[in-house]
Amino acid sequence: MAPTSEADPGTTADATPIAPAPAPAPDPASASASATGTATASAPASAPATSTLVGQGPADILVAASDPTATAAAYQPEPDNLGAYFSAWINKLRGGEIGVLPVIVGLILLVVIFQAENSTFLTAGNLTNLIGQGAQYMLLGMAEVFVLLLGDIDLSIGYLMGIGAAVTCILIGAPYSEPWWVACLAGMGATTALGTVQGLLVTLLGLPSFVVTLAGQLAFSGLLIVIINSANGSGVIPVNNNVINDLVNGNMSPLAGWIAMIAVVVLFGGFMLYRGQHRRHNGLHAQPLAVTVLKIVVMAGAGIAVVAVGNSNRGIAGLTRLRGVPWVTLIVLGVLGIYEFTLGRTRFGRYFYAIGGNAEAARRAGVNIRMIRTSAFALSGLTAGVAGIVLASRLGSISTDLDGGTEVLYAVAAAVIGGTSLFGGRGKMLYALLGGIVIATIYNGLGLLGLSAQDTYIVAALVLLVAVTVDAVARRNSVRR
Amino acid sequence: MTAADATHGARPASAGRAPAGAGSGSEPARGAARDAVRETARETVPEADRVSEPESEVLLQLRGVGKHFGSVRALSDINLDIHAGKVTALVGDNGAGKSTLIKAIAGIAAPDEGEMLWQGRSVHIRTPKDATDLGIATVYQDLALCDNLDIVQNMFLGREQLKHRLLDESAMESGAKSALAELSVVTVRSIRQVVGSLSGGQRQAVAVAKAVMGNAKLVIMDEPTAALGVSQTAMVLELITRLTEREIAVFVISHNLTDVFSVADYVAVLYLGRLAAVGPIAQFDTQNTVELITTGSSDRFNHSAVPVGATGIDLKG
Repeated sequence: MAPTSEADPGTTADATPIAPAPAPAPDPASASASATGTATASAPASAPATSTLVGQGPADILVAASDPTATAAAYQPEPDNLGAYFSAWINKLRGGEIGVLPVIVGLILLVVIFQAENSTFLTAGNLTNLIGQGAQYMLLGMAEVFVLLLGDIDLSIGYLMGIGAAVTCILIGAPYSEPWWVACLAGMGATTALGTVQGLLVTLLGLPSFVVTLAGQLAFSGLLIVIINSANGSGVIPVNNNVINDLVNGNMSPLAGWIAMIAVVVLFGGFMLYRGQHRRHNGLHAQPLAVTVLKIVVMAGAGIAVVAVGNSNRGIAGLTRLRGVPWVTLIVLGVLGIYEFTLGRTRFGRYFYAIGGNAEAARRAGVNIRMIRTSAFALSGLTAGVAGIVLASRLGSISTDLDGGTEVLYAVAAAVIGGTSLFGGRGKMLYALLGGIVIATIYNGLGLLGLSAQDTYIVAALVLLVAVTVDAVARRNSVRR
Repeated sequence: MTAADATHGARPASAGRAPAGAGSGSEPARGAARDAVRETARETVPEADRVSEPESEVLLQLRGVGKHFGSVRALSDINLDIHAGKVTALVGDNGAGKSTLIKAIAGIAAPDEGEMLWQGRSVHIRTPKDATDLGIATVYQDLALCDNLDIVQNMFLGREQLKHRLLDESAMESGAKSALAELSVVTVRSIRQVVGSLSGGQRQAVAVAKAVMGNAKLVIMDEPTAALGVSQTAMVLELITRLTEREIAVFVISHNLTDVFSVADYVAVLYLGRLAAVGPIAQFDTQNTVELITTGSSDRFNHSAVPVGATGIDLKG
């Protein structure tokens, strides 16, 4: 439905010419064509209003319509059926707003290649394994998105993750023997505090985040060894708790998997439908119902696929039964949901984008830039703590061998492969999730092919370069930036 | 060229409008239109009475305002009235003190001497917030908007509307839409498109709409038409006219005398930190204005024609 003005909420799309799609700027011919159509259509509405002579000189070439409906009609109608929406989407792609398309295409390519090379890649057992491996990259990628949105970077979260894991493991074990949830809260608290300290150094002293978190990376790698050695002399702290161990290694019962999947789909789908209804009710443009339904169907399809794969028996044939979706799936989805909600629906989240886009404009608008920047590092630390707990669960222990430097580079790569800008202002949590899956796929697939760590690094580097190149080329075609 | 530009260009000059073509060819037509308007004004209000006419309320008065930077006098003894619903243009060469003067009014750099009267009341504007609280909005061309946010998000930046502690997108979208519609010169593809994809004139319009949405009484515009094309400039000038219709005072800095003569009601010429001349637009023409800007005085500028003090306007020069 076309936008209607406040003054005349009764105006419906019927009164407004429906152009097939909003013409993008790069296509001048169609732009002027549809603009002309709109102008002609709005002329009768504005004609009575133009008797108020206000404009002088060149302003006369404008339609000075004091009747707001005339202006409302001059908006290009937005797509309101599936076909129009689809062509608008194609136009957006051509205009450089490529969104998640490249990462999805890249992921499909990788899967096809790995499956062709080794048919075990797409087995249920390996895919479930991949979720466990990918969880930590997805979480670290999401941690990185907070700081990247501001145009900052956090190089410390690799070892910060280790510190979170170590603190949690120590508190679970003797002599503390704290409940698992106390230990987890303490682990996340520790990493949040360390992240906050880095944030304060960046905001209060005005130091570049690159340098502060590089120092953080060095300091935390040392601190991790100190913490682990303080617990015992072996350099390894085991996870002595079934709850923590089962986060990655344990599975939901098949029924619980289905219930959780349906709950997620109903929750998100219901929210999307409600929002569309609410907007239409308020006379605002909403995405066509068919598109919403299509999105819900795709989401449900993905959910069904994940649960179906997870629920198939991947134990050794005839000997063991191993079924169910790993619990960590819910942790990752929960973190994703909370973070996306925070960034997209709250004022706090909105300011991340504003500062990343134009810090000076945000400052003049009264945004507390220091608070938001400090929070970004705190949230980055918090998420690294969550990733640490997942890491400890997957490995069953945390040791001084952790290579936090490589982990953080994978985290930045995950965010950037997904489409997050290093210069701030552009990015989504979902991007980091998809990027994390790409990294995990490379890691897992090359492992299956028997390739070693050095090959993994090189292939990951190539994928990162390809991702950034695709992004840069697509954006070069857009009008601005 | 964006869709909106094309819209302006393609629109027939609806009804009763002189179809002034784009480009320099329109200059005489513009001047003529302007004169016609002035004629009407003179017919209704006799020239002698104009000085005391109460219809243009004095919104902001500067009295002996001055500013030093160390030993350098950036501004001295500025006496200037800004009228509600009128456009006051501030012209002057580079370094004449234009920016210093608007910074003083906008609260970015408070003046050292003199006083400012806001609606007759003495005020001290020390911070940008003081200015905003009074109803003074300053529109900078590129410092006001976040390219990566859409129009609605930009217009409500820093004063987002909340419902149940969450962003109330519907209310903000409606608010932004009606605020833009009131200015009614803006045609955009979608109110949800990112500001980075807008043309210069559209950006200016969004920045102005954002400024006046906070119930501004005085809008200061710093070089609003710099770097804009012909139709974009026309759009911004139209926008300025819209503001004055809503009894908003506009204080505009411009290097472009054509723009000044097409919208301004009053002109103030700064020369080396002093006001070289102030007066209704009728006392200025391109030639004497250029002389005033470049030399600080003009033989062709008739000082005596201006009743000094009668409108609260002092003349220096």
